Amino acid sequence: MKLIAAMSGGVDSAVAAARAVEAGHDVIGVHLALSSNPQKYRSGARGCCTIEDSHDARRAADVIGIPFYIWDMAEEFHDGVVEDFLAEYAAGRTPNPCLRCNEKIKFAAVLDRARAMGFDGVVTGHYARTQISDSGKTLHRAVDHSKDQSYVLSVLTVEQIEGAIFPLGGTTKVDIRKEAEARGLAVAQKPDSHDICFVPSGDNAGWLRDRLGSEVGPIVDQDGVKIGEHKGAYTYTIGQRKGLGLTVPTADGSPRFVLKIEPVSNTVVVGAREDLAVSTMRGERAVWCGPAVTEQAQRGFVQVRAHGAALPCSYFFDGTLLTAHLDEPLLGLATGQAMVIYDGDRVVGSATICETE
Amino acid sequence: MSSIYLDHAATTPMVEEALIAMTAQLARLGNPSSLHTHGRATRKTLEDAREVIAKEVGCLPSEVIFTASGTEANNTALKGLYWQGRDKGKHVVAISSIEHHAILDPAHWLEVHEGAEVIQIPVNADGVVDLEFLTHLVATRGNEIAVISVMHANNETGVIQPIRTVVEIAGEIPVHTDAAQSFKKVPLSFAELGVYAMSLSAHKTGGPLGIGALILRRAVEIPALLHGGGQEREIRSGTLNAPAIVAFAAAAKSKYYDSAKVSALRDSFIAGISAALPEVIVNGLRAERLPGIVNITFPGTQSDTLLLLMDAQNISCSTGSACSAGVHEASHVLLAMGHNEVSAQSSLRFSFGATSTSADVDFAVSVLPDVITRGRAANLS
Repeated sequence: MKLIAAMSGGVDSAVAAARAVEAGHDVIGVHLALSSNPQKYRSGARGCCTIEDSHDARRAADVIGIPFYIWDMAEEFHDGVVEDFLAEYAAGRTPNPCLRCNEKIKFAAVLDRARAMGFDGVVTGHYARTQISDSGKTLHRAVDHSKDQSYVLSVLTVEQIEGAIFPLGGTTKVDIRKEAEARGLAVAQKPDSHDICFVPSGDNAGWLRDRLGSEVGPIVDQDGVKIGEHKGAYTYTIGQRKGLGLTVPTADGSPRFVLKIEPVSNTVVVGAREDLAVSTMRGERAVWCGPAVTEQAQRGFVQVRAHGAALPCSYFFDGTLLTAHLDEPLLGLATGQAMVIYDGDRVVGSATICETE
Repeated sequence: MSSIYLDHAATTPMVEEALIAMTAQLARLGNPSSLHTHGRATRKTLEDAREVIAKEVGCLPSEVIFTASGTEANNTALKGLYWQGRDKGKHVVAISSIEHHAILDPAHWLEVHEGAEVIQIPVNADGVVDLEFLTHLVATRGNEIAVISVMHANNETGVIQPIRTVVEIAGEIPVHTDAAQSFKKVPLSFAELGVYAMSLSAHKTGGPLGIGALILRRAVEIPALLHGGGQEREIRSGTLNAPAIVAFAAAAKSKYYDSAKVSALRDSFIAGISAALPEVIVNGLRAERLPGIVNITFPGTQSDTLLLLMDAQNISCSTGSACSAGVHEASHVLLAMGHNEVSAQSSLRFSFGATSTSADVDFAVSVLPDVITRGRAANLS
């Protein structure tokens, strides 16, 4: 096949590209320039947005022996990922930008462009697997569960999964680093990237404050009684206990947790631990990674964080919302996060959480 | 599948004479600044080379200052002439709007760090510098101008600039010209042009990478960028790169470049492309151009996509413009010629050299229509 390998400058995408070449594919490396004003050097553990990262990617492509190009996706990234991230926070939700990037950039803008240019698909260094079954190509968890990235890929449609190649899903991260070393790739020991790539300082709250302002608002209890003040509601997350700065203690001295963020009234609602419990969640904008979910309730698992646990549940889709009833309640669940349904290791689909109870 | 090289303006193969001269010199011992036998031997070889180059560019041997690149020659000339002028109360640096980054960027640096006022001289739609603008500029602010720099021929379009006229308009104002693309391609004489300074780069003309020259009028003393042993008129220090210099001279003397042949190839390429894709625009078509460079706009495409697709067909060409972190930016040259951001980003530079053949042209012409079709589809996706 003729493939585009998306190369971030990290070890995973470099090994993925090398494996695709070794598998006999005709591969061209592409680095996505996602920032119109990239920093020169990496600081901390963010890796894919600096000039240094693009040099690392180019060097890896040269060592592998494939052509290398940089595609400027800064505008698409800003409109589709960064703006969405800000809008979600402004609306009191907690978004996952990596998921949005996969949905709108890597397997949309890049895959579309690749296909138009005569390529068959896109290779990435994501830890996930695909399988061919009777119902077509399906998406599965990686063998290395600690590195599994199927959660952030759960926004891919069947058609996008058709064009996605994940050569690393069957290997552990430890072995990928060894393999990179053996292949002479200088990025073998480059630190893993985490944090949000477009927040250069790693200070998410500060970054949001700079863009959304820091309007002071009330912190109230469940009866609506004001018991404190906050400096920008979006810097809080559901379930947060520390840093609330509350001076009025509860009657029994028990701690308070953030239960709800109300952007319109700029209010943060706090309450007791048991009030965080969620046993049902509903999600909008559902995407199926294989056969569509129906009104018929099914048994399976739901995951609500990138590296969270898979929680046993029953789920169904009423045509608008994806609903999951948990067997055991979960404490602290933010709207805006993705709820991803698994059938064993297979990713069934996902939706953006809009209601919890 | 053979690979086809249509990027001779980026760099071109070393000619055989240069390769032989360079490898022979690499084996010889001696620092040209040393007074002993070994030093003298190298010095002799090196000064022979200087005389050869001087003869080929129409200057005195003492006017040749060897540098490590064309970029260094440009920096030395622009900064040096600016500093010299500033000492006399002149603070304006006038450059054409289509200069190479090796002039644009030092000019910008002078503005930010050294108090210069940079004025860009526009070009017309054919990419030729606006002489009326320059005349008016010199008439109104001539006594403030420290240096005027206009390239001899543009590296992206090949359009040749009227340097002789620029010098006439400039009068007493020092004029520098970047002739990196022109040397050996079209007649070039430092003395006849009448400029103060001229930059050359060996690897654009069959010589090796890493050697250039600043041709600077004798008796013009400008401040140095590199201080040290004072080897080159105290304007440029550093042990002279004898192997590269003798190779530069061998290339300068060589008759390898047949301008008529190269321009015929270029014209047959233009004819072939225009027949297959009538909507294309050849930039600077009406102007006098170098034999080997052609810049073409393919409406509805993005040049970085086209480069990838051409590369996949084993054809090496270029956008001709600089990259920032490898992200392709619209060419300032094409923008200066009246293109908008979109059409400027839909353009490719093809450059032919002494080793180009009609088979190269035929193959490129045969694959381009399909590349353009795919490029357009990718642009719409």
